[in-house]
Amino acid sequence: MSPLLPRAGNTRRYWPLAGPSPASAAEPALPNDVWSGVFRRERCRVLTVETIGPYTLLRVERGALNPGAPGQFFMLEAPARPLPRPMSLCLAPPGELAFLVDPIGPGTRALCALQPGDGLAILGPLGNGFRLDVERPLLVGGGIGIAPLPYLSDALGRPPAILGFRSDGHAEAARLVPNAEIVLEPTYVTEAITPGHDVLACGPEPMLAAVARLEPAAQLAWEAPMACGYGACYGCAVEIGGELRRLCIDGPVLSARAERTSDRLLASASGRQGGSA
Amino acid sequence: MRILNASGCLDALTAPAVARSLDAFVTKTVTPLPREGNAPPRIAEVEHGMLNSIGLANPGIDRFLAHTLPRLGELDVPVWVSVGAFTVADYADLCDRLDDRPEVDAIELNVSCPNVDDVPASVGEIVAASRAATRKPLYTKLSPATADIAEVARAAQKAGTDGLSLVNTILGLALDEQTLKPRLSRGAGGLSGAALKPIALAAVYACYAATGLPIVGMGGIASGRDALELVAAGAASVALGTILFSDPGAPARIRAELASEIASLGVGSSDNAIGLAHAETAATSETAARAAAMSVQ
Repeated sequence: MSPLLPRAGNTRRYWPLAGPSPASAAEPALPNDVWSGVFRRERCRVLTVETIGPYTLLRVERGALNPGAPGQFFMLEAPARPLPRPMSLCLAPPGELAFLVDPIGPGTRALCALQPGDGLAILGPLGNGFRLDVERPLLVGGGIGIAPLPYLSDALGRPPAILGFRSDGHAEAARLVPNAEIVLEPTYVTEAITPGHDVLACGPEPMLAAVARLEPAAQLAWEAPMACGYGACYGCAVEIGGELRRLCIDGPVLSARAERTSDRLLASASGRQGGSA
Repeated sequence: MRILNASGCLDALTAPAVARSLDAFVTKTVTPLPREGNAPPRIAEVEHGMLNSIGLANPGIDRFLAHTLPRLGELDVPVWVSVGAFTVADYADLCDRLDDRPEVDAIELNVSCPNVDDVPASVGEIVAASRAATRKPLYTKLSPATADIAEVARAAQKAGTDGLSLVNTILGLALDEQTLKPRLSRGAGGLSGAALKPIALAAVYACYAATGLPIVGMGGIASGRDALELVAAGAASVALGTILFSDPGAPARIRAELASEIASLGVGSSDNAIGLAHAETAATSETAARAAAMSVQ
């Protein structure tokens, strides 16, 4: 069904009531329309829920959703919560989408508690992903920030990766990323980066700031609290190029050199691990 | 029954198809000068809604008129421009500058941002000055955080508003689980979503009874049933806010659900549902008569 009413002819005020047939109370109809020519919203069925260290890998049926480019994200309905949660795509096997979730708040805990067969609404793909025109890619991830790297690794032909974790338990997630070197705190990923690579990174803000200082040409995937993911709420404003801009439509992947997020943003960040609550 | 968006809950230029699914698009509030908005974090989910302290981020009226409005005009959806200021003269100036712009179908006066003194005299002055500055339809958006919203609504009516937008968000605070510090950089923020619905219903109910003005009802609408309740309280149109964040398809879904709700009411046209909560129906009269009879016994 198309949720968008035809707007042929006069579109002035006092439109008559019109629209698709009413949805049933049990299973509200979801629009499967293309919203901006790119992203859609679908109700997807959970296929498997796998525990990986402290994280959960949620595999869902893809339906008509486009997986998008690595680094793009989706808004996942969090059961019984008012707002969806932004999640970058972790894996895109045929017919599926997979998301790596860190249960750090009520929304992510609700997502991790989903069972196979449950349904959830998913909107996407959203934002700008990584540029893939790189010659010597090196993937760098920290904690739950490794989430987009498996899909990115596939797209780039399994390049080397450096992944930083807090503990052995967290590092179990490294098995999702081919050709990965693991560093554990107190060692930082920046200590393992060797020069001469095109760095593509995702992780907590202090890590991204450190990577940006070391590799000014790096592509960095940032994170911000986000209510909508498509430019409506203005909640995800971060400082880019000297002004506050919406990370959901201008990011989440930004060049460290051209659009370096300033010290002002970094000062405002709480320094917590990445991941949506 | 028109379905609009609540101001600040949709950017028609980043999601034009969502804007076109509405009967009118209401802009984010435009102020005389550009505003960057508040420092992040600006939003926080709470148990039955969310808080925001975006801080009226907008390009300012000059850039809005030169760049934003012409592009909105190409969307083929009626445009309401929300304006906000900190002095009566600035409200009038904003309305004056919008008055001759054909892209503008109506002006919404945001007199309920936290930095505007929200007392009836002040609202009356703002509306009167704006009324004198424009022939466009004027809707005045009120805050529910007032002792007697009906009194404010009557002041706006007396000053010449064509309608009311009810309600704006109401201040709320959320604390971090670990640190017990405010989760928003500014501390408190505007509460929206399901938690706001009973507050919106009370405001619409009171202002409809007090003024009879056309009301755009908003606050926690997530279904056709929610929309119907605001209509029954007195809203002639409804606006969607927080629900748009989780479901950009909400306008079409809620339009269909509302049509179904009104059809099952058996009142004919949707206009007949407006203010139903105020009507002395046969059923309630009977109930009252029975109660009276019982109290006599």
